[in-house]
Amino acid sequence: MPWPISALPYPFELGFMQRALVAGIAVGVFAPMIGTFLVQKRMSLIGDGIGHVAFAGVGAGLIAGIWPIWTALAFAVGGALGIEWLRSRRKASGDLALALFFYSGIALGVVLVSLGGGLNASLLTYLFGQPLTVNDSELVVILTLGFVIVLSMLALRRVLFAVVTDEDWSRVSGLPVGFVNNVLAVLTAVAVVAAMRIVGILLIAAMMVLPVASGQILARSFRSTLRWSIAVSVSSVIAGLAASRIWGTAPGGTIVLIAAAVFAVVSVARRSGVSRLPATEEADL
Amino acid sequence: MAAPERHEALGRSVAPLLEATGVSFSYGQAPVLEHVDLRVVPGEFVALVGPNGSGKSTLLKLLLGSLTPSVGEVRLFGAPPRDVKDRWRLGYVPQRPVLGSEVPATVEEIVATGRLARRGWWRPLRKEDRDAARHALESVGLAEFAERPVNELSGGQQQRAFIARAFASDPELLVLDEPIAGIDAESQRRFRDSLVHLMHDHGAGVLLVSHELSAVAGDLDRVVVLKGTVLFDGPPSRLTDEGVSLGVHREDLPLWLEGLH
Repeated sequence: MPWPISALPYPFELGFMQRALVAGIAVGVFAPMIGTFLVQKRMSLIGDGIGHVAFAGVGAGLIAGIWPIWTALAFAVGGALGIEWLRSRRKASGDLALALFFYSGIALGVVLVSLGGGLNASLLTYLFGQPLTVNDSELVVILTLGFVIVLSMLALRRVLFAVVTDEDWSRVSGLPVGFVNNVLAVLTAVAVVAAMRIVGILLIAAMMVLPVASGQILARSFRSTLRWSIAVSVSSVIAGLAASRIWGTAPGGTIVLIAAAVFAVVSVARRSGVSRLPATEEADL
Repeated sequence: MAAPERHEALGRSVAPLLEATGVSFSYGQAPVLEHVDLRVVPGEFVALVGPNGSGKSTLLKLLLGSLTPSVGEVRLFGAPPRDVKDRWRLGYVPQRPVLGSEVPATVEEIVATGRLARRGWWRPLRKEDRDAARHALESVGLAEFAERPVNELSGGQQQRAFIARAFASDPELLVLDEPIAGIDAESQRRFRDSLVHLMHDHGAGVLLVSHELSAVAGDLDRVVVLKGTVLFDGPPSRLTDEGVSLGVHREDLPLWLEGLH
């Protein structure tokens, strides 16, 4: 690891913790970045649906002897485009489209895994995440995918905002609604796969949504919601990794619990009037 | 001065911005619209009224290109609506009481999206885009609300924000679907002023679909009454001569329509 990461003190003084930290921070940045747009689109749980399809991809990879990240990526992108196709053609409502892929994905995953000889340790690292065993080639993949996601989101953020905020208006106004929705679906799939080894398939959607839940309480604009969500998410990753090293807890679960705790604190503080406008002033507007 | 004369005085042509000719449409076997003709020329202010179920929403979908007529033809800027390249020339205010943004979004962020199609959605917005968005906000009287989350605005203020979003691209044709349903008097006055500004100073045409015309009655060039087909198309004075008020005519318009048959 390059300096200054190599010089970090306890609990990040060892190589495996430093790799986990770098990969975790990358996930901490790109997951809520995508999540903010998904929440605005009222598709908060799409990350979960795609995660279950990615699980089938992991199963396929383990059987075929291909690196599961690649098969998971292929399955997840296909599933994401499928969900978006069903949703946009109004063949099924958003959450029904999601449910179709969600259950088919997990069922296919279970069947493929049983064909391949049942659960093994490698499969569990994908289901629940295990950042502490991320190796160099996995780190390169996570950082590369994360880089692609962040650049794409920065380039498309305005048109993405317009489309997820008001799809019908965007279509009438000549914005490329179909293209933008498909790009968001593919980027979500890429994010799911890139985050899979860190927080696990079962908890990926949490990293896309929980920090945004805090961010939208703290912020008063879309832009600042993005920033707050990323700040909350990255802090949760760092604190979660440190806690899991100190107390030996499962890192993926610890990170998500901290993100949930941040939301609880922020929403209680908001209710008691610490942030934003007092309730009376808002009612007068 | 009526809009076409205003335009001839300015020496501009009056090629229609929007034109429906002999348009019929049916959902399955049930005919919704039959032989509808409608025209909006630059600088003209046209109101489209009709009772519930008269086919107003269907006609609007046909005019905007989200439906295709079974018979007849629709031309938007002289082309079939789906083939229009510069869609920013059309400003659209959809029918919606509240946006309900899940994530906080400021009025300015919403209005700025009105510039995307004009600038090219893949390009970054420049200073002139921000200026145009700011100008649009001023014209609807929301300049001091620019930094406010849209969810904190009243219904009338939100509706004005959506009108500003449509204004931001400096459109040649503005189509508004029930924009003043249930909004406060102050917002209605602002709304009227900003429409007049767009028509007189920018020469834009306006098609307003509404139940409630009292705020704009004095500015309308034509009223089109729809009930499956066009029952009336003329200046508002002729409609008021028939005893139909342009205010809250949810009650007297259906009565008048019955009298026609």
